[in-house]
Amino acid sequence: MTRSVIELAVTPEDRRVAWLATAAVGLSLVDAAIPTPLPGIKPGLANIVTLIVLLRYGWGTAVWVSVLRVLAGSLLLGYFLAPGFFLSAAGTTLSLLTLGLARHLPARWFGPVSLSILAALAHIGGQLLLARAWLIPHDGVFLLLPVFAAAALFFGTINGLIAAKLLADSPAPESTP
Amino acid sequence: MRWLALIRPGDWLVFLLVAALVGFSIPQFWQGGLADRAIVRQEGKVFAEVDLRTRREILVPGPLGVTRIVIEPGRARVVADPGPRQYCVKQGWLMRPGEIAICAPNRVSLQITGRTKVYDSLSY
Repeated sequence: MTRSVIELAVTPEDRRVAWLATAAVGLSLVDAAIPTPLPGIKPGLANIVTLIVLLRYGWGTAVWVSVLRVLAGSLLLGYFLAPGFFLSAAGTTLSLLTLGLARHLPARWFGPVSLSILAALAHIGGQLLLARAWLIPHDGVFLLLPVFAAAALFFGTINGLIAAKLLADSPAPESTP
Repeated sequence: MRWLALIRPGDWLVFLLVAALVGFSIPQFWQGGLADRAIVRQEGKVFAEVDLRTRREILVPGPLGVTRIVIEPGRARVVADPGPRQYCVKQGWLMRPGEIAICAPNRVSLQITGRTKVYDSLSY
């Protein structure tokens, strides 16, 4: 009789992604608990984690953490595969693509705050485009653009500052995530 | 300030650019474009349709007398009306698409329109 054992080799990278994704999911839950005046406007605290991961461990890890965060966050909050899930996924996708481009900006001039604002805008943009194409097929959704863009600017700046501060306070610990 | 030290020069640039974008997007998306035409109606029929680019005065005859409408670049108003309550005159300058002044007794209305049509209300 042969015993089939599936060995899952867990690399330090996997552990790191898991820890960071957990932190991001935790912040997503905090996000959801904060009351907002308009549905769709959220502080997006989990983006702080995405930013730190991006700047410290690279874009690939940031994608992993974000994907896990969207999946696990939606499962925990009960909107997995609901419209909100797809909006969240669309926003995150566009935001990650934007970060992938924006991180090549010269770091001397553009810090986490820039990345955060651009990512927040892309997030709003992805959500609005999907909402326009799928949920509300009318140009009226774009009437919300100024509100959303202003919120993205506001929260993007704050999140970027928090990320910058956290990055500055804890200089790259390479061994422990 | 420790927080200010975290912002790099380019960050200010991005912040200001995005802020400008937000400021620019508000009139763009919230007013159905800019006001560019005025429609004057008498008894429900279009009496005159004018561009809001030139200065001019329109005299509209109605059952009570003549309603005087003034057009200026970007805005229009009813200046004088023979109606008893003067509601349309008191409304002052109209400058946003969808705004309307109605002089009911004299059966005259002045409406501003933009490039895109603005609805009073929508129901599904």
